[in-house]
Amino acid sequence: MKPSPLRYFRPTSLPDALDVLARLGDEGKVLAGGQSLIPLLSMRLAAPPALVDINSVPGLDEITVDAGTLRFGALVRHTDLERSDAAFAAQPLLRRALLNVAHLTIRNRGTTVGSVVHSDPSAELPAVLTLLGGSVVAQSRAGGRQTERKIPASEFFIGPLESALRPEELAVAVEVPVAAPGEGTALVELARRHGDYAMCGVVARAVVEGEQLKSLHATYISAGDMGSVVDLGAEVGAVGADQVDLDALGAFARKVVETDGDIHATAEYRSHLVQVLTARAVRAAVDDAVNDVRKEAS
Amino acid sequence: MTTKMFGSPIKRVEDPRLLRGEGRYLDDLGHDSLIAAFVRSPHAHARIVDIDVTGALEVDGVVAVYTYDDLAEDAAATGSGVDKRLPLLIPHPALHAPRTGYPLAKDEVNHVGEAVVMVVARDRYVAEDACERIVVEYDFLPPVVGLDAAKAAENTVHEDVADNVAAHLVQEVGDVEAALATAPHTLTLDLHIERSASMPMEGKGVYAIWNGDEESLRVYSSTQAATSVRAAVAATLGMAQNKVECVAPDVGGGFGVKIVHPWPEEILVPWAARKLGEAGVAAEVKWTEDRREHFVSSAHERAQEQKVTVGFDDDGKLLAFDFTFWHDNGAYTPYGIIVPIVTSTQVLGPYKPGAYRCEFFSMYTNTVIVTPYRGAGRPQGCFAMERAMDAIAQYLGKDRTEVRSRNFIQPEEMPWDHQLTFQDGRPLVYDSGDYPASLEKIKALVGWDEFEKIRDEARAEGRKVGIGLATYVEGTGPGPYEGAHVIVETSGKVKAATGLTTQGQGHQTAFAQVVADELGVRVEDVEVTTGDTRRFRYAVGTFASRAAVMSGSAMHIAARKVREKALKIAAEALEVSVDDLELVDGVARVKGTPEGAVGASLPLSTIAVLSNPLRYAFDEASKAATQFAVGDVTKPPVAPGEEPGLEATGYHSPPRSTFASGMHAAVVETDPETAEIKILRYCVVHDCGHLINPRIVEGQIHGGVAQGVGGALYERMEYDEYGQLLNASYMDFLMPYVTEVPERIEIDHLETPSPLNPLGIKGAGEAGVIPSAALIASAIEDAEGFQIRSMPISPSELFHLREAHARGEVPAVARGGESNGRPGTKTRRKKEKETA
Repeated sequence: MKPSPLRYFRPTSLPDALDVLARLGDEGKVLAGGQSLIPLLSMRLAAPPALVDINSVPGLDEITVDAGTLRFGALVRHTDLERSDAAFAAQPLLRRALLNVAHLTIRNRGTTVGSVVHSDPSAELPAVLTLLGGSVVAQSRAGGRQTERKIPASEFFIGPLESALRPEELAVAVEVPVAAPGEGTALVELARRHGDYAMCGVVARAVVEGEQLKSLHATYISAGDMGSVVDLGAEVGAVGADQVDLDALGAFARKVVETDGDIHATAEYRSHLVQVLTARAVRAAVDDAVNDVRKEAS
Repeated sequence: MTTKMFGSPIKRVEDPRLLRGEGRYLDDLGHDSLIAAFVRSPHAHARIVDIDVTGALEVDGVVAVYTYDDLAEDAAATGSGVDKRLPLLIPHPALHAPRTGYPLAKDEVNHVGEAVVMVVARDRYVAEDACERIVVEYDFLPPVVGLDAAKAAENTVHEDVADNVAAHLVQEVGDVEAALATAPHTLTLDLHIERSASMPMEGKGVYAIWNGDEESLRVYSSTQAATSVRAAVAATLGMAQNKVECVAPDVGGGFGVKIVHPWPEEILVPWAARKLGEAGVAAEVKWTEDRREHFVSSAHERAQEQKVTVGFDDDGKLLAFDFTFWHDNGAYTPYGIIVPIVTSTQVLGPYKPGAYRCEFFSMYTNTVIVTPYRGAGRPQGCFAMERAMDAIAQYLGKDRTEVRSRNFIQPEEMPWDHQLTFQDGRPLVYDSGDYPASLEKIKALVGWDEFEKIRDEARAEGRKVGIGLATYVEGTGPGPYEGAHVIVETSGKVKAATGLTTQGQGHQTAFAQVVADELGVRVEDVEVTTGDTRRFRYAVGTFASRAAVMSGSAMHIAARKVREKALKIAAEALEVSVDDLELVDGVARVKGTPEGAVGASLPLSTIAVLSNPLRYAFDEASKAATQFAVGDVTKPPVAPGEEPGLEATGYHSPPRSTFASGMHAAVVETDPETAEIKILRYCVVHDCGHLINPRIVEGQIHGGVAQGVGGALYERMEYDEYGQLLNASYMDFLMPYVTEVPERIEIDHLETPSPLNPLGIKGAGEAGVIPSAALIASAIEDAEGFQIRSMPISPSELFHLREAHARGEVPAVARGGESNGRPGTKTRRKKEKETA
């Protein structure tokens, strides 16, 4: 279990990193936390001719909250983001999600942006980013000119392990909107063992105004289509926050979210989990929203 | 005053070193050696048409590439046996069609992972680069995967074994057919248990150094059987045994897989070291198994299909036990049929089965070989018996513990002769045990009699909880023998050695405790070496929970001899009777004299000096033993029948195995919606005779339970129909983390000494793992109210069982002593078959 021969670059500035990526094109692969990439290399399931290690690039490890947007850089480790009180205050769902990402030692090295870019349908972050309507900030350099584009989550996740990021681009940061007043979120997942990829997970977001449910959405982990959001609110209609028919919502989700079987769970069992966990996640998200409303009011 | 160490829960002396990362495991050795890697078969069954290694030879840093042809060429040139099939380690008359593989595949591969080409290179990176460039052309053969395919025998694993049956064994005591015909009730259960594997954290590894001047080999191997690896290497390479040394360095777990030997690599790596050494290229070669290799080229265990028919009376007393099973032995049988033999005998547990018949078929499949993994066939046997016990209790509407106690062998009936032959070739005779006392203890520990209330309360809250119980008897400490050497050096420090190996069990501590007691020294003054043929040449190995029983007893015997010798020398020097002396605090002293009384004591160090009459003093202390200083000049300095040195060798060779036993109980909760399974409580009552070190025994139980939980709820080998192992990594093969193992394992001990060894001890290494599958099945059945017949079980499977139960396809069971709803359970009934 040793990687194939490869060239290794460790640029020390962002322009240098982008230049190397531009030069390498398809041959380059970015190494940040390495928690997914290194095992793939060691098992020779991936054999990129070159690695671009961005760990010495300054300025990529910042967490900022500005103008309704929470932004975290490409070298922010899961643990840093999870423990950032500013980030939690701005968007509590991130901490809730990150606590489900693998194990502490992996979170200490792995980067949240890296997890997004890896685009694994069994991972938490793509589902979270999609639900929150966040975006990936991608930069590249050509002819000495640096360009940036923001790719919304709905366009970023193309499929399993496939994203809209171009080979010459570096995902320098991820942005998510700060939680709206009356917004409640929850992530409920079921894994075989602590820290494993979920057999099924549901991320839910509810917005409550006064006593009324204004919107209700969910995204799915290890189920459904990447990048798509299920509008549960449309199914529920305009009801009071305490009147959501959880059983009906679960049954609805089971109908619209497709599942596949693997060695850990059959497709049928996964569909069953979609139903059960949708109800649990919605309950938790609505409760969270109601609490938020009450907090605001008091 | 030296306190007695036997029975004391002292901390393990090896831990500080290991916890600081100062262990020397196989891959910590030989930093500058050449490295081997292997091209392994990607197919489960195929004929090798052609191997093209030219691409590999072009890789910079590659030193050698070997195929079977090179082995044949070497054999022709040197007379070595490297071209021969690997040995059949344990032949048995019932193993009528044994097959073993070659070190490198000859014409055919029989499982994914079988070694085909060996590459030796500067480092592992280069070796793997070269492996990728080797092209092997295969002709596919149809693979045989799973017991159904093996039984159907539409295809064969080995062309000349038409029915895929490697072994067929029947043992019968009494007339089972007649007993079943007249039994008031009979039940039949069809059971299934999945594959798992030992999965030591350190895989296998071999490092060999050829010494061209001495024409000798030193082989380091991460093995459980150093002396036997040495013998196999010497025999295969045509060398004298005294030209081969084998050392097991620190070994990061074995759990059975490393008792198998010689692995192909244990032959090939020393062979390559000698070959390259003689050619003047390099004299050191090392191979360290990686995790993926371990999954596909080491060994698995457990998979069996079982059919149990029991005949019993109205009280649940067994009248007949008819047990047939099919055992999946994988592609080859290097370790014989030990695992199914153990299943077929240990199935009996603490019970008198009435008439007993066991028949098994050991079947070939195109999968990784099956050899003992902690428990070694016992978990399967326990599963068969304990599922049957639960079924009988449910059928009769009786408490599960009542039916069990009805069938116990009673303590006063010991020794109990089952009239069968055990895995050591000896009669299956239980030496001692008190099963009724064990049952009382486990019931008290788990609160068995109060559980119905807890279950009812939980049910009222919409929760599903259940309780289970399983018992086992484990034959431990089989022969043929182990030995030990104990020496007191002139420093007064004690060095002890035994030939069997250590994989983390705490032998350095436990054996030191045994020796320290005999010699009256501190534990920290006893240094124990294991698994090094340079220090002790005769040994069998570490397996079958035998190290403490065998080497512990040998240590005791050797230390006792040293003690007698020391007392004799001291008595002579102090001019007192041996009977007046005692060995305490590192000195021999006249009993009853105050500490430091002049002329009343002699330190062990001085006795060690005196034990070896000298001509030449090598230090101040040794002057006392020189020729003008000591001795009756009329007598020979070394008396007839005596030997110089304060040392002795002792051997322990008991007539047969000693039988440990125990009972586990667990409370589980299953989520009514998600079918998650959570263990709420896990209780163990364990009887391994006298405990050398209770802390170590409890550690063994904890580890065993952890592996048992893995086998019951998480682990399986997912082979597809083509014989590809789909989960050959720790990402998808779900060993439990500490988060999946019960937070607290409640343990109570019973100590029924064994009469078969001087310490009254029994083995403790495997106990924790044996009843887990049976136990968790029992508890889930109790929580869910329907039959569990196959283990392990995942939430996905439990979900589907619930659905099948709702459709009426999985029968309900009565729970916790409730009536099972069948009228007239007390009346005699004929031949009611359970549809399982």
